[in-house]
Amino acid sequence: MSTLSKATPLALDPANGSPRRRKTASLAKTRLTNRWATLAALVIAALWTIPTIGLLVSSFRPAQLVRTTGWWTIFENRGFTTQNYTDVLQAGNSQLTMAGSFLNSIAITLPATVIPLVLATLAAYAFAWMRFPGKDLIFVLVFALQIVPIQMALVPLLRLFAAGELFGFPVIGAFGQAGYAQVWIAHTIFALPLAIFLLHNFIAEIPNEIIEAARVDGASHGQIFFRIVLPLTAPAIAAFSIFQFLWVWNDLLVALIFADGPVAPITKLLAEITGTRGQDWHLLTAGAFLAIIVPLAVFFALQRYFVRGLLAGSAKG
Amino acid sequence: MKTSRRGKAYASLASVGVAALVLTGCGGGPGAPETSPAATGGATATGKSEVTLYGTIADAEAKLLEKSWADWSKENNIKIKYESSKEFETQIAVRAQGGNAPDLAIFPQPGLLGDLATRGFLKPAPEGVKANVASGWSEDWAKYGTVDGTLYGAPMMASVKGWVWYSPAEFKEKGYAVPTTWQELLDLTAQIEKDKGEPPWCAGFGSGDATGWPGTDWVEDLVLRQSGKDVYDQWVANEVKFTDPQIKSALDEVGKILKNPKYVNAGYGDISSINATAFGDVADVMVSGDCSLTHQASFFSGFITDAGGEVGPDADVWGFLTPSIDGSGNAVTGGGEIIGAFSDDPSVVKVQEYLSSPEWANSRVKLGGVLSANKGLDPANAADPLLEEAVKILQDPATTFRFDASDLMPGSVGTGTFFKGMVDWINGSDSGTVLEQVENGWPSS
Repeated sequence: MSTLSKATPLALDPANGSPRRRKTASLAKTRLTNRWATLAALVIAALWTIPTIGLLVSSFRPAQLVRTTGWWTIFENRGFTTQNYTDVLQAGNSQLTMAGSFLNSIAITLPATVIPLVLATLAAYAFAWMRFPGKDLIFVLVFALQIVPIQMALVPLLRLFAAGELFGFPVIGAFGQAGYAQVWIAHTIFALPLAIFLLHNFIAEIPNEIIEAARVDGASHGQIFFRIVLPLTAPAIAAFSIFQFLWVWNDLLVALIFADGPVAPITKLLAEITGTRGQDWHLLTAGAFLAIIVPLAVFFALQRYFVRGLLAGSAKG
Repeated sequence: MKTSRRGKAYASLASVGVAALVLTGCGGGPGAPETSPAATGGATATGKSEVTLYGTIADAEAKLLEKSWADWSKENNIKIKYESSKEFETQIAVRAQGGNAPDLAIFPQPGLLGDLATRGFLKPAPEGVKANVASGWSEDWAKYGTVDGTLYGAPMMASVKGWVWYSPAEFKEKGYAVPTTWQELLDLTAQIEKDKGEPPWCAGFGSGDATGWPGTDWVEDLVLRQSGKDVYDQWVANEVKFTDPQIKSALDEVGKILKNPKYVNAGYGDISSINATAFGDVADVMVSGDCSLTHQASFFSGFITDAGGEVGPDADVWGFLTPSIDGSGNAVTGGGEIIGAFSDDPSVVKVQEYLSSPEWANSRVKLGGVLSANKGLDPANAADPLLEEAVKILQDPATTFRFDASDLMPGSVGTGTFFKGMVDWINGSDSGTVLEQVENGWPSS
């Protein structure tokens, strides 16, 4: 987070002439590229990957071996099976299969990423560049919502959804009976404070001159937002959307409370596959790998934006 | 930054319950919660077409559960939608307060049922269920569904705890006899240790965040057998405290086996390996023959089967009940589920009546893995010989049945300090210190 806000002024500050910047960049490169630093990075990367490798190895071992020996003894206790994956894929209940829960996860995650982002970008723009009374106070209040623990809101929110209406208006009912709506709304609510705060910091750093120039040319708020603010903040939006996607995909708490029966995401189903008494815990290894396919794919596909978002603009001339 | 916040959110599900409690306090009480809006159809004179059921029974066992009522459901045109959750204990309170309660819930702990009943969320049992309970269950059992004199739910399935599992072949070969008193069991243990030169007992206390519960079963068995049912009942109500000499003596008796490095932990290592071993994994060493004796509930037969062993008086593994102190009496501890209702819709009542009937008990027990204390259950329907034996014990009018004490005590003790205390005890704390810690878990009010 701090990287974001520090990197931005560098990027957009016209005082940073290009020759000097390039020099700093190359200096930074030589300083950071150090044999020992590389070695340390490799060692850390290897250490951090060991548990994942263990999980992967275990996921292909027969249940009997998983229970009696550690994965690191794989060479002494050989055994290979894809049974764990078959079992996990066949898991499910009368209302939902594993494949169905996978689709549910997508159906929950995409809107729960897009909705808060759209709202937060608009709100961040308003807080940064529009003038209205009480602006600072409202912004502080929004930011303060971050310190409200999510657990505090669960029961009141559930009551609201159960009633289906707000001050007599059938708010939830309007979304139909699909049941996804309440999960989307819950995720959106919980994501907004941080999203607004982050994007506000970013949007507020856009040089005043650019916005002023646009206003002088007669651009409306809509035009400024779509033509100037959006393109300039794209890296930040991309970075935050990846974060939000991963949080929602991995979420269990909100799903436990708001996603009932047929709309349950994969995390909820995975939590049940160990059986009533946890006797099938070896299945968690395979389950974990099935569940991280999508986050991994998203991460690798959007990795460029991820890094660019964090270092946004720092390499611009 | 936010990641860690969310991380905490997952970890501290328990705080949901706390937050929920606080909120109810502020909100002026729960009042009468509405029936589940998620269930479509709405309540009409004939009842809704779908009834939601919520419980802890998951995965393979949940499928058997659904199979057990499939025919009835089709005949009566009522769909039973079952949903399981491993976080049932916290979830059910949240859902009840949030007005999103299921129609029926399967409570594995009578204490939790009592809690929700006194807070006004549960509906008293309808007449049909009352009649079924009166004719199908013993008074001991009916008591666990009763709160302040009102029956709220019927018992469902059951398990008998306190079986000692052994290998009939080994006993026959070495000429061991099944012990009939506690002292004989200790003597047998010493004998096997001498013959084998290795620890005879194996135990696993590991069970995720419930690690330690198999130890509580040991203590409960000994309290009931040493001090009798009255002390057991007083113990559950905290009238006899954990620090009482009678409880300490029970724990010390268990320690004669579990804390003797010569007697445990067959196939795994020293005493401290008990905590690290998942309780179900013990089935592997029982089947392989590395371990001669282990103490576990009737559902362990399913684990033996999974591990590739056969359960039977002449098969790989068989069990005898933990003997009483002097060889007399037949007191057993056990567990079970109780169904409570959040709705009194006619369809819900019908389902509730069916699930409390002997017809359902037979239908479910036939599918294997579980048993029921229903008197109308035919023991021949039990899936394996041990379950059949257990059904006979439950149905025997001479049997004194007591529910697992840790499930009856308030959560802060029953699933809190009691579990934790057993883990500490295995790790080397002495009985006195541990029991004091456990006693401190009782809510002060």
